[in-house]
Amino acid sequence: MRLGLVIDLDVCVGCHACAIACKEWNASGTTGPLSDYQPYGAEPSGVWFNRIRHYEMDTYPNNKTVNFPMSCNHCEDAECVTVCPTGASYKRAEDGIVLVDQDKCMGCNYCSWACPYGARELDRSSGTMKKCTLCVDRIYDMELPVEERQPSCVLTCPAHARMFGDFDDPDSAVSRTVRERGGFGLMPELNYNPTNQYLPPRSKPVIPVEAHPRGGLKESIKQFANKLVRR
Amino acid sequence: MHPAFSVIFFTVASGAGFGLFSLLFIADVFKLGGGFEREQLIIGGLMAMALVVFGLLSSTFHLANPKNAWRAFSRFRTSWLSREGVFAVLFMPLALVYLASIWFDAPLWLRETSGFLTAVLAWITVFSTGMIYACLKTIRQWNTPLVPANYLALGYASGSLLLLLGAVVSGLDTTPYIAMSALILSIAAVLKAIYYFWISSPGLGPTINTATGLTRAKVKLLDTGHTHGTFLTQEFGFQIARQKAGLLKIVVFVLGFALPGLMLVWVFNQQGGQAAAIVAVVTGIVGAAVERWLFFAEARHVVNLYHGAQRC
Repeated sequence: MRLGLVIDLDVCVGCHACAIACKEWNASGTTGPLSDYQPYGAEPSGVWFNRIRHYEMDTYPNNKTVNFPMSCNHCEDAECVTVCPTGASYKRAEDGIVLVDQDKCMGCNYCSWACPYGARELDRSSGTMKKCTLCVDRIYDMELPVEERQPSCVLTCPAHARMFGDFDDPDSAVSRTVRERGGFGLMPELNYNPTNQYLPPRSKPVIPVEAHPRGGLKESIKQFANKLVRR
Repeated sequence: MHPAFSVIFFTVASGAGFGLFSLLFIADVFKLGGGFEREQLIIGGLMAMALVVFGLLSSTFHLANPKNAWRAFSRFRTSWLSREGVFAVLFMPLALVYLASIWFDAPLWLRETSGFLTAVLAWITVFSTGMIYACLKTIRQWNTPLVPANYLALGYASGSLLLLLGAVVSGLDTTPYIAMSALILSIAAVLKAIYYFWISSPGLGPTINTATGLTRAKVKLLDTGHTHGTFLTQEFGFQIARQKAGLLKIVVFVLGFALPGLMLVWVFNQQGGQAAAIVAVVTGIVGAAVERWLFFAEARHVVNLYHGAQRC
């Protein structure tokens, strides 16, 4: 199995609900808590597994806003695991999920240096590195109904911009969608082979922005009459 | 990259310590300038080991959870950070065997074999320190073989200046020590110049387009999505103005190479005596520290692409 996410950049509305749901679930999950620093102060900051950035593609009038959620890509060639000196970072053979053993981490930050996607964040209160677990404490929970055995971010997305599944299975919904929509991984030139795939924004016709043409005599009389009417 | 002072102190101090120990062995084998006395070799060796130990201790100060630091020796098969720790710790007993064989007048083969192995291990350890940075594909300014070469050259340059001070204090013939220092300093200066030249052009690295996969058109950041800073901006957001970096490069070459070089001439001409050798050591090590600070300050991690950088 190679579990991961598909994120549809065409559909994402940038509401940050996935990040909030992630924080809520994982604050009490296996690597919780996710500490906040000055949550109500002047400089609010804290640990998040999922962050959404917003970009603009191309220039006016062809510009398009692209909302861009990012979490751990659970790479096939995860350098963060290779460089870890303590063995705290590991990649599970059975499903490819990359995790950090909180009891072994010494907080040297080296794995975060090796990660090009900014997926790892140090929790200052525990002194350990934390990252997306793909909700490993949820997707295998037999107590939950089958349809809820998915990561929190996927379940909560109101636009259905996120999918979860097994990329090793060529007939899974995620594999099919990636094939049909031309999904891609981020920064392929670094050869980390990220598992998560992004679906590109669709090309849409440009909406004309020229001023409306002036009407004829009939249109002018209509406008004049409209101005006379007291509403 | 955020320059952490504990790491800067660690790499400069341990580099100088490993350099001093290896060159002390060479000075002992070839009896350079008449050769050091037994006690002088012991004091020099212990000083080198003290530099290494202080460096290693200081490196644990940047850990957020140092109680697990002992686990860092476990992944030497894959991690350069782990290898560095293992080699640095292996160095200690071997160095002690060498010093003991000097102290107890052990047979020459034991003295020279243990000294040689210690020198090789010191070389491997400094190489590993450089590889910690050089193996990262995420930082263009670090991902080059010039990085371990620079670490070795600068460590040995600092070590050779310390050894020269020892030779001056011990009243040996300083000529071979001056020659050794001058040679290592020039190699280090040339390597550093090549490094600065190399990182000045961006090359074919990741861009904001490959980072977002939106390769069809120009991409620019609208919003980072966070109110204040995050771990990522604190750790990777550090940026140095181009002018300031240029100025610091001049400082590196003046303090790290030119002034120590001038002091070598003074020592050679019997001017200044011990003071000149001390100035050479101090400026050389301060220059190396500035170099190390700049090494971190100039490094741009690719995660900055997600925060709006067009390329790194």
